Amino acid sequence: MALLQLTMPKWGLSMTEGTIVEWLLEEGEQIAAGDQVVEVSTEKIDGAVEAPDAGTLLRRVAAEGETLPVGALLAVVGDPATDAAEVDAFVAEAQASFVPPDADEDAGPATEAVEVDGRRVRILATGPADDDGPPLVLIHGFGGDLDNWRFVIPEWAKERSLIAIDLPGHGGSSKDVGDGRLAVLTGAVLGVLDARGVERAHLVGHSLGGLVATAIAAEHPDRVLSLSLIAPAGLGPEISIEYIDGFVAATSRKQLKPVLAQLFAAEGTVTRELVDEVLRYKRLDGVDAALRAIAGHGFRDGRQADVDPGRLALDDVPALVIWGRQDRVIPAAHAELVPDGVRVELLDDTGHSPHVERAGDVHRLVAAHVLGAVPA
Amino acid sequence: MARKTSFQNAINEAMLQEMERDERVVVFGEDVVGGSGAPGVLDAWGGVLGVTKGIHARFPDRILDTPISEAAYVGAAAGAAASGLRPVAELMFVDFMGVCFDQILNQAAKFRYMFGGKAVTPMVLRTMFGAGIRAASQHSQALYPMFTHVPGIKVVVPSSAYDAKGLLIQSIRDDDPVIFFEHKALYTLEGDVPEEAYAIPFGEANVVRSGGDVTIVALGRMVGVAQEAAKVLAGEGIEAEIVDPRTTSPLDEETILESIEETGRLVVVDEAGPRCGFAADIAALAAEKAFGDLKAPIRTVTPPHTPVPFSPVLEDAYVPDAAKVAAAVREVTGAAAPAGVA
Repeated sequence: MALLQLTMPKWGLSMTEGTIVEWLLEEGEQIAAGDQVVEVSTEKIDGAVEAPDAGTLLRRVAAEGETLPVGALLAVVGDPATDAAEVDAFVAEAQASFVPPDADEDAGPATEAVEVDGRRVRILATGPADDDGPPLVLIHGFGGDLDNWRFVIPEWAKERSLIAIDLPGHGGSSKDVGDGRLAVLTGAVLGVLDARGVERAHLVGHSLGGLVATAIAAEHPDRVLSLSLIAPAGLGPEISIEYIDGFVAATSRKQLKPVLAQLFAAEGTVTRELVDEVLRYKRLDGVDAALRAIAGHGFRDGRQADVDPGRLALDDVPALVIWGRQDRVIPAAHAELVPDGVRVELLDDTGHSPHVERAGDVHRLVAAHVLGAVPA
Repeated sequence: MARKTSFQNAINEAMLQEMERDERVVVFGEDVVGGSGAPGVLDAWGGVLGVTKGIHARFPDRILDTPISEAAYVGAAAGAAASGLRPVAELMFVDFMGVCFDQILNQAAKFRYMFGGKAVTPMVLRTMFGAGIRAASQHSQALYPMFTHVPGIKVVVPSSAYDAKGLLIQSIRDDDPVIFFEHKALYTLEGDVPEEAYAIPFGEANVVRSGGDVTIVALGRMVGVAQEAAKVLAGEGIEAEIVDPRTTSPLDEETILESIEETGRLVVVDEAGPRCGFAADIAALAAEKAFGDLKAPIRTVTPPHTPVPFSPVLEDAYVPDAAKVAAAVREVTGAAAPAGVA
């Protein structure tokens, strides 16, 4: 097999560099595609870099503690029979030809604004240049934004076109959510599809975004090719009042940090920069009112208002549900409420953010699900 | 969406967005329009350094050049605020406070108290301060401790473009008189600033950098100086935590004390004079409320008790710099200075 580079990934719009925290595998170990190879910390969040393909970890190029730009060579994967001189030459060639991205010029794919019902909706549209097939449409959860998909976008974007959306009241979209009812959110997503000329799409939704995706599929099954729901709302009545009310009420870093920690199974996933980022969002004019309107309608007093797992019983829209067993925001037990025929994947040691905590698993599960749902 | 913009533009944008949102917001001061002698409003200077540029073109009836009488227009701001407007007045240099201090000290600061809570005074007094640009001793002082001393006034000293916009918006929305200190050497500093309006609450310190070995409290331009020092110290294995209180009144004591509890050491960096100043205030806070946590004596890094010198050599020696901050940190951590560093 040819030698493969494992490089510093780009997780999110603003990531320019990462620091090697710890190697998870030794040189000489056999790896499968998707195995976690090395732990990397970024300004905002820590994550694991996964093997692009099966092979043997031939060389760990980057040292623990080293900070490297996006795209820099971290390791070489290949055939165990490759001789050391060949690996040396490969490393030298890769490092010599590497041009670090200019932080100002190459900020990655740019976001765009789409006008829907008088509201600005921010989207990130990316993917292979020659792909004009139905896109993946990514819908984040309550209080999130399209950058929540930072760990999975780079992989999915290699395979097919995708559109990540900031729901009204979130991210770079207008903060006006009207009465905060679901129709405003589903309307924004459908409006983006219309504006982009997308007739049918694969919807991927997290939490509140899972409910948005489910509602769109139930009302417009002709526009949805598949549903991939990650810890979705809308299946059962419970939702953590500590999380929802805590998130809405928090105005300082100190109040917000323990709330955000509830999103993850592992302690320490929430960095100071991540808290800052969310706090900066929460301070924007209109955000407080938007969150209160959405939560007041949909998640009042620790109960979900819009519950109907039967909506997933759609003949022509295959659904996949992914849940972390340690979810502290919406209990993983809701996965048992789905109708027959819906595929359920429960992930160990995972909280409410599988697409952050188990990005590789989520990437593969959704990619396979979508592939199986592609029309003949 | 955030994009990079300057401290100066962040302040300009905050005023424009608040004027757009609330028609009671008006701006006045010396040369804030700056159109005298210019052929058209678009050429208007917008203040000596252009911070209010463009406001006259958008809101010609709500921005006013005043005569050179700080006593008159600062008093007018207090009165306008007490009677329903939300004025943003500009005192060109805080060094000029002497000619309008009664209007601030005895009028604006006291209305709410003297009228039994029946009056509010939502005025903002924006003012330039700080040394480092060869402006001599009457245009270079850092006089926020004088205002911090007066109950009834809120005092804001931003250190970044992001904070400048959010804190100025909060200042305009606040119902009490606010003195907003803009360090003139920060105007060109760029940072990520959302285009949308946002308010940063007062009395909430910003932990600019995390570290476990020493707490550095700094304000305004000194935050950047502390960051520079922290970078050098990190190379020596010393991790400094930098706390920027952002407002000296109200003061976020809790965040400062919690940091000292973790690090056990305190260095306060301040551009204001050493006597009865901000550094002395924070040192006293730590001595009274965190003495048991301290592993080393508190150190302050301030200018000497002298006027700001005009001589460039002396002015540079007067203002605290990263080398002085790093030296103070080495002293409290017991670290040896690296070779070549005195």
